[in-house]
Amino acid sequence: MSEHAILWTALSVLLLPMLSYVIIFFFGKMLPRKGDWVGVTLLGATLVQAVRIFVHFWQMGDSQLRYEGGFRWLDLGQFTADAGILVDGMTSVMLVVVALVSFLVHLFSVGYMHGDRRYERFFAFLGFFTFSMMGIVLANGLLFLYVFWELVGLASYLLIGFFFHKPSAADANKKAFLTNRVGDFGFFIGIMIFFTAYGTFNYMELFAQMQLAPLTGALLTWAGVGLFMGCIGKSAQAPLHIWLPDAMEGPTPVSALIHAATMVAAGVYMVARLLPLFDPNALLVIAYIGAITAILGATIALVKTDIKKSLAFSTISQLGYMVMAMGVGASAAGMFHLTTHAFFKALLFLGAGSVIHAVHTQEMPLMGGLRKKMPITFVTFFIATLAISGVPFFSGFYSKDAILAGALAFGMQGKTMIPFILAIAAAGITAFYMFRMLFMTFMGKPRDEERYSHAHESPWTMSVPLLILAVLAIVSAGWKGPADSWFSKFVTSYDLPAIAAEYGHQEHHIVESDHHVAVDDHAVAHVDEHADSHAEAAHGDSHGHGHGDAHDDIHHKAHNMAMAMSIAIAGLGIFLSWLAYMKKAFSTEAIRTKLNPLYKVLQNKYYFDEFYAATVYKFVLGFAWLNAAFDRIVIDGIVDGSATVTKIGGWITGSIFDRYVVDGMVNGVGNLIQGAAQGMRRVQTGQVQTYLLYVCTSIVILVFVFRAL
Amino acid sequence: MMEVGLTHYLTVGAILFTLGIFAVMTRRNTVALLMGVELILNGANVNFVAFSRFVETSIDGHIMAAFVIVLAAAEAAVALAIVLAMFRNFGTVHVDSVDSLKQ
Repeated sequence: MSEHAILWTALSVLLLPMLSYVIIFFFGKMLPRKGDWVGVTLLGATLVQAVRIFVHFWQMGDSQLRYEGGFRWLDLGQFTADAGILVDGMTSVMLVVVALVSFLVHLFSVGYMHGDRRYERFFAFLGFFTFSMMGIVLANGLLFLYVFWELVGLASYLLIGFFFHKPSAADANKKAFLTNRVGDFGFFIGIMIFFTAYGTFNYMELFAQMQLAPLTGALLTWAGVGLFMGCIGKSAQAPLHIWLPDAMEGPTPVSALIHAATMVAAGVYMVARLLPLFDPNALLVIAYIGAITAILGATIALVKTDIKKSLAFSTISQLGYMVMAMGVGASAAGMFHLTTHAFFKALLFLGAGSVIHAVHTQEMPLMGGLRKKMPITFVTFFIATLAISGVPFFSGFYSKDAILAGALAFGMQGKTMIPFILAIAAAGITAFYMFRMLFMTFMGKPRDEERYSHAHESPWTMSVPLLILAVLAIVSAGWKGPADSWFSKFVTSYDLPAIAAEYGHQEHHIVESDHHVAVDDHAVAHVDEHADSHAEAAHGDSHGHGHGDAHDDIHHKAHNMAMAMSIAIAGLGIFLSWLAYMKKAFSTEAIRTKLNPLYKVLQNKYYFDEFYAATVYKFVLGFAWLNAAFDRIVIDGIVDGSATVTKIGGWITGSIFDRYVVDGMVNGVGNLIQGAAQGMRRVQTGQVQTYLLYVCTSIVILVFVFRAL
Repeated sequence: MMEVGLTHYLTVGAILFTLGIFAVMTRRNTVALLMGVELILNGANVNFVAFSRFVETSIDGHIMAAFVIVLAAAEAAVALAIVLAMFRNFGTVHVDSVDSLKQ
């Protein structure tokens, strides 16, 4: 396909879901089957278009291939902003992931949402979300990234609160929206720092300017941390992860699409996309936050009995892995995990949805033994569990292993080992709690006979997506890590010197520096030199450009060690889980009572919500109270005072001036005329004889008058 | 014996005219009022004929007098019809009691 065709195809990927939204939103009620087939068909078309782009990049096999198109969106004197789309390897992967999961979730929802009162509205919102998510993926600049960033937030808000008649859902969507606000605030600051420094929102131009005239230390770090705050909010990283578990109040397909596979991964995608803008300090922050989130989510997932809540904490943990991968310089591994995770976590959520649909509860202690009743759900859920636990030959193993290898190499290069230690611990815990979930739900004896007897396998619209995702959870592995697999065709580090040479000429920079006065040989030479050092400092990918043998060696060693350790720890986790929940070799109750304080901390999610309730909410409420008092006393005082002054002025003009002067004049004129008329009307008797008398008298008088003259 | 001249005729015309005016101004009965109008017209006729005889010696004054008589006849016909209608509607021929437009 030509560049032109690629860009138009990408545009259709963006706009087809929007079309679905518009049609279903406005005409859904009139259409047969409330228009669900419109959504499914259009999303199918979107998927086809996305796959066409993907295939193109597959065939080209060049990770630096890049198509960009757009137009001048805003032109306000000095300020200009462009709207446009950027299609490269990473985009093509994300397009397929989003389109595929969205399509399958549409299909799944046909069964899952059947009979809902606002059925067509659900499909409309799904279309709207997909449009917004495609916008994030395709945006070629920070401005439109931010716009679509907020739009997915809105879509998430609408879908979490889809059952808004439940107070818990109404609270959850507010919580999600407000928590994201905190992150987006930092994100906006980060964007604005780069915009004021370079005068452009465009990614490639920013990267080029970063090479030509880099920002200095602290400012660059804070700008990076600012951008990352957007990721903390959207990708539910500690300490802003609190909204994601509550977001499970939304319908389960929404949890699968938005809160597992796509939207929450947007933060990771954003960091991967903007990686050259982060300096080593910011990346260190990212690595720590990611690792802490990974262990935090995994430990809480251990004790949760609500299947969706448990999966939500699992998602938080896995997102922590991806973010940590960005921080330790394994961005390709992070993107790889994003892809595989999208498939197996969507599968887990849809499987959980299928179970919930069958037994009408989310509490795992009320399930059990469902494998006989729901064989398809069980097999697919089992595959996904194997994938997420990191069992070899399943996709999650390769992606997680690549991340662990990256983290280990990060430590072995003389930086901190802490991310690796936390991550490997989280890997073991993940295997344990995932198998716990599997055993409690599908194995053993049914614990609630009545629910069990009513359980049944879901209709084909629900089981087909499960099967497709199960296949993908296996084959998306690519059988090898990202370093030398098909995935490296799509995602590797940016070739920064080439970008600097291509985009560096454009007259967008505002920052005064001696580099950009003329792009002569000296400047270009400087660019190359700087780009190398920057790339090396920022991320030491083994598949990067021009790294030394020592690096490759470390990565090779790290890779082997990490693989061995992750297999061992995953096996240990699964074994312990089997002992505890299948063999009943030891009682979990006993452990729970023995470690009661720890259990309580985990069950209460490390008291994050309570902490925020005690600090942030108190502070906000106190601040609001202060503002209210200020409003009541000062503002109201001013308003009331001015009102009183006006009232007094009004009384003077109204009661005194108006009544006596103006009314006096008006009434005076009236009275004068009335008085005159009172006299005159006596003349008009209406009797002709009187008039004749006047005429004759007048004539006589006139005769005398004229005689006198 | 005194010669009868223009002055005498004009005096008779003036007396007729004045009597007519007086009648029109003072009488309340509509028929009497019309009679006053006749007097005015005839006062004018006397003047026409007198001037025609003594000042201009042409036939114009006579013609005018004839016109006025015809006009007076027409006026009497119309006016008496109005008086009749007035009597039927109001039951009176007194001009000052017919004042329903005034209220």
